[in-house]
Amino acid sequence: MKTGFYPGCSMKGSAREYSESLLAVAAALGRELPEIPDWNCCGATAAHNLNQDLSLALPARILAAAEKDGMDEVLVPCAACYSRLSVTRYELLQDEDLRQKISGLIETNYRGSAKVLNIIEWLTSIPDLETKIKAPFARRVACYYGCLLVRPAGILKFDRPEEPQSMDQLLKKIGATPLDWAFKTECCGAGFSVSRTDLVAKLSGLILDDAVARGAEAVIVACPMCHLNLDLRRPQIEKRAGKKINIPVIYITQALGLALGIAPKKLGLQRHTVAVKFSQSTEGAANVAQSSGSKTLPGEK
Amino acid sequence: MRSDTHVQHDRQTLADCVLEKTSVDVARCNQCGKCSAGCPLANDMDFPPSQIMHLLQLRDFPEFAEMALRSHTIWLCLTCEICYARCPMEIDIPKLMDALRAESLARKKTNPKAKDIIAFHRAFLDSVRYTGRLFEMGQIVDYKIRSRHFLQDLLQAPAMFFKGKLHLFPERIRGRSLLGRIFARTLKSKENRQ
Repeated sequence: MKTGFYPGCSMKGSAREYSESLLAVAAALGRELPEIPDWNCCGATAAHNLNQDLSLALPARILAAAEKDGMDEVLVPCAACYSRLSVTRYELLQDEDLRQKISGLIETNYRGSAKVLNIIEWLTSIPDLETKIKAPFARRVACYYGCLLVRPAGILKFDRPEEPQSMDQLLKKIGATPLDWAFKTECCGAGFSVSRTDLVAKLSGLILDDAVARGAEAVIVACPMCHLNLDLRRPQIEKRAGKKINIPVIYITQALGLALGIAPKKLGLQRHTVAVKFSQSTEGAANVAQSSGSKTLPGEK
Repeated sequence: MRSDTHVQHDRQTLADCVLEKTSVDVARCNQCGKCSAGCPLANDMDFPPSQIMHLLQLRDFPEFAEMALRSHTIWLCLTCEICYARCPMEIDIPKLMDALRAESLARKKTNPKAKDIIAFHRAFLDSVRYTGRLFEMGQIVDYKIRSRHFLQDLLQAPAMFFKGKLHLFPERIRGRSLLGRIFARTLKSKENRQ
């Protein structure tokens, strides 16, 4: 079984710490993640907002390249790319005429053999993750799934479209306490980060407010767009809300990396706009992993 | 208003056009309003999603279809898919929105308030078209030129650069010529100009 890796454009730029932490975690777990050769952008929101054929052709070229390279499945950590690739695979396997049309556009016969995996599915498939935890991530966390990781549920067939549980289960495994909260799958404003920053500040502000009100010490995300809006756009969120909001936003791979005992710098925690400090502790993230290291999980040796 | 509301259609309505292209049938909507209740941006829209459905359902009044095509709503839709998840009739409203955006562009009826949103999408696709991947720095410069928002985010860019998040040069893929052909076959060059 060969698992390929589709980083997507964000993970090479504004979300490079997601990629850094994922690769550090994969190395610590002994997993190889070869990139899809010569991958292109999936087209994101822009393509499907402007042209349907283009929005199918761009992901189809990526998946066809993965197939050609003998990949049985592809890990797509960006929730937005995951959505585009999954929807494309679904639509093309549903409709033979469309599959042929798009195959013609990309000059390759797309078969649909490579499965698309999101980050939660990939991490959940790792056996005995609990036993590999060296420093439990003992924090109260708000697991933020966003929209595209879970919807449309009929196509993704992954988790519930509202009130999903898979990320919460994963965070429990690494020693965290996932909280019950109301904004798990509310939209952060996604692709409006630049063109309508005002709307992003409004929607993302509501999400952070609820996480803070429930007593979360960190928001855990699995999408570069969600991170961009909740972290990089914090100054705009704070300006609109008229108050300071200190809660850090951490990629799931960073939280797992800390729990596996990987140095914060290797996980790219220094690249965030909002400093990764936890509400109860004034110490930096470096000390967090160590200070909670004394607690052991039942499965830990 | 006309009195003969049950006329035979001699021309294709927008609802027919959407049905043909996406197999989304607006006639199935029973106006329960759950989509509008769940939509995170319903308050910012000129018509909440259920009203867009209603505008299309009134097939005998092309002026209503026109209002839907010229609405701000279709561009504000974030495709968060919550409406589709909650719709008791399982109508794929996000797909309908995609089709309406495409029609609105093709018929040159885009809402002037959506100018920045469309400029951003176009700047994004331009970057992908020529390099194969999104080059964030290039896209932002392209967007600034298109939208004339030259000063926006100027203070945040240096911070991003020093955190290693902003690259000065694009990554170019080898399959650029194929990508160029894919773009040429799908997006008409005129459609991609502002």
